[in-house]
Amino acid sequence: MTMTEQRILMGNEAIGRGLVEEGCTLAAAYPGTPASEILASTVAFAKETDAKIHTEWSINEKVACETALANSMAGRRSAVAMKQVGLNVAADPFARATYLGVKGGFILIAADDPGPQSSQNEQDSRLFGLFAKAPVFDPSSPREAREMVTEAFALSEGYEIPVILRPTTRVCHARQNVVCRKPEPQARKADFQKDPGRWVATPQFLTGLHKQLNEKLDAIALDEAFAPRLYAGDGRRPKQCIVASGVSFAHSRELLATLGAEGRIDLYQVRLAFPLHKPFIERIRKSYDQVLILEETDAAIEMQLANSTIAGRTSGTVPRQGELTPDVIDAILRQFLGLPATPPLPTAKKGTRPSLCAGCGHRGAFFAIRETFPKGIFPSDIGCYTLGMNFGAVDTCHCMGACISQGAGFYHAYAADNGEFPTIVVTIGDSTFFHAGIPALINAVFQGARIIVVILDNATTAMTGHQPTPQLGIRADGSLGPQVFIPELVRAAGVRFLKEVDAYDVPALKAALKDADAFIRSPEGAVAVLIAKHPCIVEKKPKEIQPILAMAITDACVGCRACIEEFECPALRFDDGENRAEIDQNRCIGCGVCVHACPAGAIVAEGGNR
Amino acid sequence: MEQQQIIISGIGGQGVLFVTRILAEAAIEQGLSVLTSETHGMAMRGGTVISHVKVGSFTSPLIRMGQADCALFLQAGNLEVHRGFLKGSGRIFINGSTAVDGAATIDATALARKHGSLVIANLVLLGFAVRQGGLFCDAPTIEAVLKRISPAKQLALNLEGFRLGREDRKN
Repeated sequence: MTMTEQRILMGNEAIGRGLVEEGCTLAAAYPGTPASEILASTVAFAKETDAKIHTEWSINEKVACETALANSMAGRRSAVAMKQVGLNVAADPFARATYLGVKGGFILIAADDPGPQSSQNEQDSRLFGLFAKAPVFDPSSPREAREMVTEAFALSEGYEIPVILRPTTRVCHARQNVVCRKPEPQARKADFQKDPGRWVATPQFLTGLHKQLNEKLDAIALDEAFAPRLYAGDGRRPKQCIVASGVSFAHSRELLATLGAEGRIDLYQVRLAFPLHKPFIERIRKSYDQVLILEETDAAIEMQLANSTIAGRTSGTVPRQGELTPDVIDAILRQFLGLPATPPLPTAKKGTRPSLCAGCGHRGAFFAIRETFPKGIFPSDIGCYTLGMNFGAVDTCHCMGACISQGAGFYHAYAADNGEFPTIVVTIGDSTFFHAGIPALINAVFQGARIIVVILDNATTAMTGHQPTPQLGIRADGSLGPQVFIPELVRAAGVRFLKEVDAYDVPALKAALKDADAFIRSPEGAVAVLIAKHPCIVEKKPKEIQPILAMAITDACVGCRACIEEFECPALRFDDGENRAEIDQNRCIGCGVCVHACPAGAIVAEGGNR
Repeated sequence: MEQQQIIISGIGGQGVLFVTRILAEAAIEQGLSVLTSETHGMAMRGGTVISHVKVGSFTSPLIRMGQADCALFLQAGNLEVHRGFLKGSGRIFINGSTAVDGAATIDATALARKHGSLVIANLVLLGFAVRQGGLFCDAPTIEAVLKRISPAKQLALNLEGFRLGREDRKN
């Protein structure tokens, strides 16, 4: 092929071509009309141009989105494609991704279907952009869809924000001559930088991240590159204008010519449907008495042009992130009513961070994982065990079930370069596994990811108040149902390495982790699963059954603080005066796991049942 | 006492929610309206937690900074974190072993431990606050509530915790 050539491409092919030319290294999709040809053409163009890109038909849109997000976190360009209702399935990971932001450019392609031609509804994915706070490009033709892939990657990387590209059926399935170029070689190696405040972001971080997101959107709304394009009229209709986007713009332009009105009325093409260019909003308000808006499939642009005289979040009267507490509302009401402001009130301070309970089985599992793989990458998930972030054993937490897809995404990101990859150990709770881990596990197995998945099985849904899981066989009303066993599900997902270990047994866990690592790195390596079992000790029964060891710290303690920092049990504290660790007998439940946490062997169990 | 705004501050696992419930039930027992706001979720795993209890004719469930009439601190270390909720005249009851200016202190944890069950430290502190006349409700009301809402196995122990706080002679 010459450096550039013209080809007749379908809109979806133009998008696939764009992904390959722009150096996307991971594209994942789930098929659905009108989006299905995007991934197929990405595969074809990648083969044709020898581009190194991991492509997959993921098991569903949620898994696709999570897998691609991990590749982006590792600094590489990523894309995920689906039909509009697929975004409902991917909503959970996507609506959080905007807050955390991305590293490598990330494009979510959601193809809408006005009509609908082949869908169960006419939902407008641009409104999902407003909801999730992601910029949305709205192409009017295959050629523009191709150009917008370039713009979307640049915008995504420039602002570290995921971007939606929203074509509609008439763009996806239209054909047009499109310039094809040689792909840009992407020299970026996978490089995941750990940053728990961002990639694990617990609620305390999210108001700050939301503020950053709002500021990014403000900046994008002022960026001239995304201002609507004006096709100016000749002044015959000075107080009227037409605002159009997507294929409606293409239709309108042509119809205006037919009606003899082309060039006689101001016509604006909105290319970035959200956030709408702020100076444009002002201009529309000030310059025109009559505005016609033509857009599909809903009123996304219209809503943003709505009345700005309202005092609210848009005007900045009401804060755009965080809770509206009585103190916040008091200040707003006083300002609005013209009453004197109150003197500043003391602000609430931060308290103690939560941590895994003394005796929690998760602690043993996390400790063994981090000790065995000091340089590993540790995606995790939502539950008490997110607290593993306190001691460096949780590097990501995104949404229910995401950890397995993210682990696979990290594997593909590293393996695509040269085959070398860090050990990736995913941790997921038993209830989360049932909720959304199973499809992700099947996907990881099928796509050939070599990762270790540790299912933290504490036989309950602990964080939310101990609701039973299907493995327990107890329904909400207390009646009995057939037990559904996790090991059977794991085997059915195609996993060939499965071990079950007591989470208190740190040496056995370490040995199993090493075996698992050897397995994933063997020629026939694949996903390895360990089930680290220990019932939640907040519940009464398990606590009654297990022996209570009388724990003590001997004079062998050298004051190294390893137990405090790397084991982080609330029953271990440091006596600065004596420069040694001590056990808070009020909190210790005598599980004895901490004997493994002392490098000097100073933590000892003095026999059972104190 | 027609209106009272109370905060209960502690760390997850200390029984802040149980004390919140007792006070809310006590308000209803006395024919008063009540609104509470609680911390749930991950913070309950040993992190800082706070409950707001508003007895009387309120509509907002949250207590504003500088508006609480009374505070129960199950964790002495939280004083610094949550003191800002109190009025200047607000009364403070602390579970702790060292005296604090402007606050009444009882070592509820030690008393509970001596009695063989750490879990009743919250009730010891509650009993202490009632004896000091710091709360909108009296001891018989709370005892009636305890009898109504405690699990059968736990009732005697709960009543004992509440009694310990009221009768501790050191205070």
